[in-house]
Amino acid sequence: MIVPSIRNDWVIMAIFTAVVLTAPLWLTPVGAGYPDLLQKFAIFGIFAIGFNILFGLTGYLSFGHAVFLGVGSYTAVWSFKLLTMNVLPAVIFATLLAGVFAVVIGYVSLRRSGIYFSILTLAFAQMSYNMAYSVLTPITNGETGLQLTMNDPRILDGPAGQGLPSTTLFGLDMSGYAGFYFCAVMLIIAFFISLRIFRSPFGLKLLAIKSNQTRMKYTGFNTRPYLLTAFVISGMYAGLAGSLMAITDPLAGAERMQWTASGEVVLMTILGGTGTLLGPLFGAGIIKYFENIFSAMNDGRLHEIFSFLPDWLENIVVAITGEFVGDGWHLTLGLLFMIVVIFLPGGVVEGIRRANGFLRRLVQSSGTNTATLAAEKE
Amino acid sequence: MSIVLSIKNVDKTFGGLHALGDINLDIEEGKTHAIIGPNGAGKSTLLNCCIGRLIPDSGTVEFDGKNMIGMQPHEINHAGMVRVFQTPEIFPDLSVLQNVMIPALAKRDGTFKFNAFGSLAAEKGIEADAVHILEDMGLKAHIHKHAGSMSRGDKRRLELAMGLVQHPRLLLLDEPTAGMARHDTNRTIDLLKRIKERGMTKIIIEHDMHVVFSLADRISVLAQGRIIASGTPDEIRGNPKVQEAYLGGAEL
Repeated sequence: MIVPSIRNDWVIMAIFTAVVLTAPLWLTPVGAGYPDLLQKFAIFGIFAIGFNILFGLTGYLSFGHAVFLGVGSYTAVWSFKLLTMNVLPAVIFATLLAGVFAVVIGYVSLRRSGIYFSILTLAFAQMSYNMAYSVLTPITNGETGLQLTMNDPRILDGPAGQGLPSTTLFGLDMSGYAGFYFCAVMLIIAFFISLRIFRSPFGLKLLAIKSNQTRMKYTGFNTRPYLLTAFVISGMYAGLAGSLMAITDPLAGAERMQWTASGEVVLMTILGGTGTLLGPLFGAGIIKYFENIFSAMNDGRLHEIFSFLPDWLENIVVAITGEFVGDGWHLTLGLLFMIVVIFLPGGVVEGIRRANGFLRRLVQSSGTNTATLAAEKE
Repeated sequence: MSIVLSIKNVDKTFGGLHALGDINLDIEEGKTHAIIGPNGAGKSTLLNCCIGRLIPDSGTVEFDGKNMIGMQPHEINHAGMVRVFQTPEIFPDLSVLQNVMIPALAKRDGTFKFNAFGSLAAEKGIEADAVHILEDMGLKAHIHKHAGSMSRGDKRRLELAMGLVQHPRLLLLDEPTAGMARHDTNRTIDLLKRIKERGMTKIIIEHDMHVVFSLADRISVLAQGRIIASGTPDEIRGNPKVQEAYLGGAEL
């Protein structure tokens, strides 16, 4: 076997933990070994894993999960402003409050299924986004975004020193690698919970709802509470991800709730492999990695890359590819997404599976070839 | 004999069509009651009224002395009335074993249980139940197959297994042998006979007279939304009204 399939969950967890914690080492050669980007991988990984619990298991496609991301961020910043710069309360409050929002939005949206459910969640998200921009300005600080100020009470921290304080974990400064490792531990916990749900009777029931919801009802299940539970869990994951964003940079803006953010997590999940354990994580990693590379590129860098071409050709090539980098990187993302959806509907995970099967056949056939050769020699 | 299911004065119209008119039917405990009738006689409509898929315009459906009208399908299931569908309503994306584990879990967990941290692999009892029923159905070899990839006949048997694993008080079978080859039909009849020996009450809707007369203790004949005759197989066989309306006068 080329890639052995692992049955034991504890082995999976051990490998996963090791891979995540050593990420700074093995991601350095590809230019991703710095805390800011690593932290982004972890945060969007959590967001996508949570989204997959809803979309991957029940098939309900939410187009408004960014609401919970935004709620998580605002809650975390308020916790920093009012209570303490310690990140733990911020993370807990954010996750819980996102859960409360998910109960309300889920309760209403889950009265419909299919496209109507998607549109209801999208409507809720856009409503929340606009409210954060306008009427809720006292809470969200509108366009400027919610920030720390010198006059924040921070009742648990006591009087502030010089300048704005930074986020901590019981005194440990949450910048740089400390921040990444905090997010990494959260990712490991999030992945563990997701793994348990996938392997549980509850997870099987969710899959059965995806497969044939009508039959589930006649089999004796009340499907609505199952769907709502899955919705709330995935909303809480998004809230957690939102709060972790605020830990890196204690600032929350309404644009975090915009539909593009909701769409991004859908892309990540589908790109990686809907309904698979690791797919969403791959998807999040790939999108954030390419975003990092392509959006940082500019025409100057492209000229360098294509300098081996004759000048006239170089100019044409740069003019075309220039549209796909920098601000235009979403064009690249769109292309990538189309290619995956058309040729690999199961996402990156299906790609890995196919490659694995191909290699296995290759090894087997070469094995039989040598065997026949040996037989001929005798 | 105690009455398990009592259908009283049930009426149902679809637009101008009078699908069911003043249906009265009592199902006795432990008996197999067949409902026969030509296409469009209202057999499936009657079953749908029993399990909550349709709500009759008037009348009551009493199961165990409790009115089922207006109850949700999952509540009716837990009351002990389980339907086996005519067109296989399985979970095509799950394995055959999982398809049977789901109803077994329903029986144990009730309408909702949040067991997200239990391990499915540790559900040995549920799995053993499911495997046992699948063995009975002759589906043991397919246990790990995708349910959606099975033949139609196998899907029908799986459908039956999903009903049986819940050990319902009353099993409603909607044409359990429709679309099956002859040897498959005979196998299903044998199986249903064995279930009968265990004392499970059944309602069977069936076109195949061979199946009906091999299994039924009582037969009710539906024609144009009305019950035109009810009785033992022999009484029905000799009833001139039935022969006229349903069998077109042919000898049985």
